[in-house]
Amino acid sequence: MKKSKADPKGVLTGAHFLDGDYSLAEGALAAGCRFFGGYPITPSTETAERFSERIPRVGGVFIQMEDELASIASLIGAVWGGKKVMTVTSGPGFSLMMENLGLACMMETPLVIANVQRGGPSTGLPTLTAQQDMMQAKYGSHGDYEIIALSPDSPQECFNLTIDAFNLSEIYRVPVLIMTDECVGHMHEKVVIPPADEIELVERKWYTGPKDEYLPYKNDTDGIPFFVKVGDGYRFHTTGLTHDEKGYPVINAECQQVCVQHLVDKIRKNAEKIIRIEEDEIDGAEVIVLSYGITSRVAYRAVQQAKKAGIKVGRIRLVTVWPFPEKRIKELAPKVKAIVVPELNTGQIVLEVERHAAEKCKVVCVPHCGGWVHDPNDIFNAIKEAVK
Amino acid sequence: MTNEDQTTELKNPMEGILRMDRIPHIWCPGCGIGTVVTSFAEALKKNNEDLDKVAVVSGIGCTGRVAGYVKLDSFHTTHGRAIPFATGLKLANPEMKVVVFSGDGDIAGIGGNHLIHAARRNMDLIVICVNNFNYAMTGGQVAATTPELANASTAPYGNYEYPFSLPYLVDAAGGTYVARWTALHLRRVTKSIQEALNRRGFSFIEVITPCVTLYARRNRLGDGLNLLKYYYDNSEIQHGADTRTLDVSYQGKLIVGKFVDKEKPTFLDAMNKHFSNVLGDDYQLYGRINNDRD
Repeated sequence: MKKSKADPKGVLTGAHFLDGDYSLAEGALAAGCRFFGGYPITPSTETAERFSERIPRVGGVFIQMEDELASIASLIGAVWGGKKVMTVTSGPGFSLMMENLGLACMMETPLVIANVQRGGPSTGLPTLTAQQDMMQAKYGSHGDYEIIALSPDSPQECFNLTIDAFNLSEIYRVPVLIMTDECVGHMHEKVVIPPADEIELVERKWYTGPKDEYLPYKNDTDGIPFFVKVGDGYRFHTTGLTHDEKGYPVINAECQQVCVQHLVDKIRKNAEKIIRIEEDEIDGAEVIVLSYGITSRVAYRAVQQAKKAGIKVGRIRLVTVWPFPEKRIKELAPKVKAIVVPELNTGQIVLEVERHAAEKCKVVCVPHCGGWVHDPNDIFNAIKEAVK
Repeated sequence: MTNEDQTTELKNPMEGILRMDRIPHIWCPGCGIGTVVTSFAEALKKNNEDLDKVAVVSGIGCTGRVAGYVKLDSFHTTHGRAIPFATGLKLANPEMKVVVFSGDGDIAGIGGNHLIHAARRNMDLIVICVNNFNYAMTGGQVAATTPELANASTAPYGNYEYPFSLPYLVDAAGGTYVARWTALHLRRVTKSIQEALNRRGFSFIEVITPCVTLYARRNRLGDGLNLLKYYYDNSEIQHGADTRTLDVSYQGKLIVGKFVDKEKPTFLDAMNKHFSNVLGDDYQLYGRINNDRD
């Protein structure tokens, strides 16, 4: 894995007062993103606005496409043209992107999509928060595949995780989704952007061998194929069809097995390397509150209340939501009475927790349909109930 | 030297441009797509194009398979999305000549919105739209281009919808080069592709082609030769014709020719010019533009 430092041209070094949406754009520019194909949708639009304002001075392209189908398709094309790319959207636009998310997975195309989640289904609550697209992030496109999804809880983390998202997308040649939400997207906080030489980037793994020996989908020793871009004389082919190492379509069960198994294995087998979670006072805890994104900040209040009430409570915050930290849940479940899972949906990530806790402890769902964050008392009550 | 030895010397004249390891192709006998591919290959040869700098993007369908047979940087993408994919490819790497090669269902049906917006932007792309009047890959369903009263598998009593006239649509949307030919007009198709490769901006070339297995069979129009005969008897070349007059009726007259060929700044030209004006020295021109295409 070849690393380099960020290009200072895109890095707005210093301390700023930024919202989460703007921080996503700054993270992308710092990570070397030089192509953004977008379509306006509340509450994510500010990211596209920021990028469109900044990019002419940095060197790159912003294009407002005709819809979200087009914006993600333009991203995939731009990656094969040699660029690092990003787009941002919310619920309805995320739904429209699902088909080409599958194409990006199938073509093993690194790209970053931020979903500033709002309440659904359908048009739902355009201006109000939710975390209802967490399962769609993993399963929204048809067929079997794996993606990586991160969940920032602050504008600072929107910046930091966007850089991580670009790096992960390059390492695994996979779409990385930043699953934030309206609250974090519109929350203004202090965001510190470091000097460019302190930002470490993963370079695309360009093929350098003999031209006539290049195979677009032949795995390197790390299980990930080398990349080339158009115009370099490889005259390669790639397709959304099930394909062999040459990138040629092969329509049979044997090739499907190899092709699809590779797409899932490259993430599943590296899950422990990819997963990042934050843990707090887990040792000796009788109950753990597991949350992500904005809900982890609300849950923190409930955890403090519970501690005051004498309950031994630990905290887990998922920074990486997909792949899910199943190994850690398996380890912890037998050691605690309960895991409490508040989220701004009627129970999505809690299903994963239940599956891996495998009835070794109670798993308590604290649902909320979105529109606003939980009342911390609801989470506190769930904690009290869980340790009874 | 025996006769046998001599035959092994013979090579396909398009070998440098086609992926010979993928031939034979999947197209039916009598289909017109191969003819258009031949014209495309011929145009590349005649223009002496640097084959490393031409990319082909296809969507889904019979014509969508073109990307898999040309020995260029080639992308077989999703249904309807070849044009936005090509837009990203072109903008990321402006030195490439990017050709979208797909069918009427892909480009004018599911991808119709992308077609008009790429034309509106005068995106520097060449779109070759093979129009066989139906969705052939899925078995001959009615399309946005099926002439009125023609039979299709989802219009078993005949089509009662009004079809698109593609040159009219693209002209109205802002395309700067618009031509229509049939699979019979091989040399004209080749010439149009050559012209498109030599110019900048949004070029749209519609080629009406026989679908023998489905459209012709369902409508009892005979085989490939019968359809070429129909084109021969009913095509009328009218360069510069008013694009409002180009409707295609069932087995009716086909007006073909080059209808639009005008200059207008491309998306990237307009972007560079505008940002240079408003941002001055803060702006650095984006993309390397090939001088030979000015």
